[in-house]
Amino acid sequence: MFKKQIWFIIAFMLLLTFALAACESETSEPAASDDTTAETADTESTDSADTEAAADTADTASSEGGYQIPTVEEGKHNVAFVYVGPHDDGGWTQAHDVARMYVEENMENVHTAYVENVAEGADAEQVIRSLARKGFDTIFTTSFGYMDGSELVASEFPNVDIIHLTGYKANGENFGNLMGAMENMKYVAGMVAGARAKADGNPKLGYIATFPIPEELRLGNAFALGAQETCPDCQVDVRWIFTWHDPIIEQEAAKSLFDGGAQVVMTGADTPAPAEAAPEGKWGITYDYQYNCTNPACLTSMYWNWGPVYADIVERSINDEYVGGWEYFESDTGGMGLFGFGEGEDLMPGVASLPEEDLALIRDTYGKFLSGELGRFDVFKGPITDNQGNLVLADGVSLQQEDLDGFAQFGAQCETCMYWWNENITAELPDLDS
Amino acid sequence: MNWEVIFHAGLATGTVLLFAAIGEIFAERSGILNLGVEGMMLLGAMAGFSMSLSSGNVWLGLGAAILAGGILSMAHGLVTIHLQADQVVSGLSLTFLGTGLALVLGEGLTGQTAAQMTLFDIPVLSQIPFIGPAAFERHSILVYIGYLLAPAAAYYIVKTRPGMHLRAVGEKPAAADTVGINVYAQRYFYVFVGGCLAGLAGATISLSVSPGWYSVQTTSGQGWIAVGLVIFAQWNPIRAAVGAYLFGALRRLILDLQGPALILGMTNPLYVNSNFSFFLQMTPYLLTILALVIGSRQAMKKRLGAPAALGVPYIRGERGA
Repeated sequence: MFKKQIWFIIAFMLLLTFALAACESETSEPAASDDTTAETADTESTDSADTEAAADTADTASSEGGYQIPTVEEGKHNVAFVYVGPHDDGGWTQAHDVARMYVEENMENVHTAYVENVAEGADAEQVIRSLARKGFDTIFTTSFGYMDGSELVASEFPNVDIIHLTGYKANGENFGNLMGAMENMKYVAGMVAGARAKADGNPKLGYIATFPIPEELRLGNAFALGAQETCPDCQVDVRWIFTWHDPIIEQEAAKSLFDGGAQVVMTGADTPAPAEAAPEGKWGITYDYQYNCTNPACLTSMYWNWGPVYADIVERSINDEYVGGWEYFESDTGGMGLFGFGEGEDLMPGVASLPEEDLALIRDTYGKFLSGELGRFDVFKGPITDNQGNLVLADGVSLQQEDLDGFAQFGAQCETCMYWWNENITAELPDLDS
Repeated sequence: MNWEVIFHAGLATGTVLLFAAIGEIFAERSGILNLGVEGMMLLGAMAGFSMSLSSGNVWLGLGAAILAGGILSMAHGLVTIHLQADQVVSGLSLTFLGTGLALVLGEGLTGQTAAQMTLFDIPVLSQIPFIGPAAFERHSILVYIGYLLAPAAAYYIVKTRPGMHLRAVGEKPAAADTVGINVYAQRYFYVFVGGCLAGLAGATISLSVSPGWYSVQTTSGQGWIAVGLVIFAQWNPIRAAVGAYLFGALRRLILDLQGPALILGMTNPLYVNSNFSFFLQMTPYLLTILALVIGSRQAMKKRLGAPAALGVPYIRGERGA
């Protein structure tokens, strides 16, 4: 009888753990176990090392539901960042942390701090509220699932500016959202991938997609359209992984695409998995963080440069000029780029050995995107046909902003909603009414 | 979609589950349930990667991983064998302890590249059609060790004298004690072996299957699948191996199934609607739960062949359970 109970408890515990394990792809240990505290304690030490003035602060750091909430510095403008992953993840979160340090170093009288590994949802709301209560003046919340919490806390603290990435809500006052036209970089990366695949004589590409949301379809289509320009025969295969950050699954998806015949694999998830998993003679393109393109099999990295963007927003926040709206910056702001093409950067070997005419075209197009001559509405300009044979856009017609970021069933006012695959993509989207 | 490729990947990733499950079989056969496999694996993965990174030698990395898992398991041994505490609670805390230790000690390792296991072919066997390319080509030595470990473990447990002692201690420790077997020493030893194999399983991930250190996502719950697999396999190493390889192949199949539009001339449901892959991703966990539910019935447990003294602390001088 006793044994039976034990087994029942085990089964129940296992069920519970599986449920936790399932959530773990986005968060770390949600329970207030020793590792969370240890990690946030580390946050604190890194932070105080950064600023050296932590000892001056009157009150000590407090903890909120297992997260260590950093302290403010009196007399300075205090800026806090909330991260979904570890600050050194080699991708999305690291790009934001580099920008945080940029703000700290380049702006006078500004103090920055961060909280990492914050679970999306209720935990995030608590952390954001604690930060606001502590006296932080500007708070950046950098994951989709922080949207509702950010909105709520912004309404409770009208003097705190809260900027959310990447969502679709704003209140016109102290809460706004922020995103950039990464489709421009994905387009040029598509041109690089197409040229490489053509030169290697294997016109097959791969795309590791995260969730079937407009952002991922938009970026995948931009990549496919770019590839079409340098390699009209190229086809793009897709693997959905349903996670933003899971290095192991990302590597498995990359291997699956490479084994399926892909010559170059590009990713929409957070880690440099495609380059790590690339077998001899094949190539990967990495995302988010400028310096994660270290593997020789990496062609380029489509990176974010949030620093100047953040500095601009913090500046406005200091002057009480920040109006929470809907910000979508273009590539001419310097907020993004392709690794290897910038000043002082060498092309990766797989790009440097491309045919001269392709390389010239790529450089030319990249330059136009950076100068503002081309933009996101040029990426999505007709004629574009989807892979079901329908004409998405007639010659010369561009998508509207609502089309780039909207699904009809989310209530977006889009005419040509982002729910289609370009003609050279060999995958299908489920019927929406099924 | 290519079955050769899928089985090839399945054998590589399945090796992780194989090591962990066989380790757990040893521990459970001696009567100690250790639910801390996930924690030991994670610590092993971290130790292996860290050592390989600092020394540049994978073998040292493997050694460090095995030791790390083994040492951590001794904490469980002390609490459950010596202090006779509840094995379930201790095992669960071991998971938290191992996870916490691994994360703290692994700080800063993410994104680095360390030496990793080389892949090689087995000369003659790789010529066999289908089986050769899937099982004997481009694998690390760990996969080949895995092929040998399962039958060796089965032989050891069933046919040898020390194996008989192991089973005796797990079935009726009091009886084993009367014939002069040191129950505590036996249990400590096999918990240690289980820990070592769990550590090796972790290092198989961080040094071979998906090289690198990715904090909790390195193992992402595979330790729990291994625990379920033990019941699923009825404490039999050979069945555990089959299950491990099948689960390994399934992980890859889910992704590869998204590729072709047609399978055997029929429309591929995953091609048309990739959301179906959620159901496939669920299956290893579903089967684990199923195994646990079936295994929790007393009558069924007997039929499954669970060690009779599993989970029961042995107290010398008292009548056995």
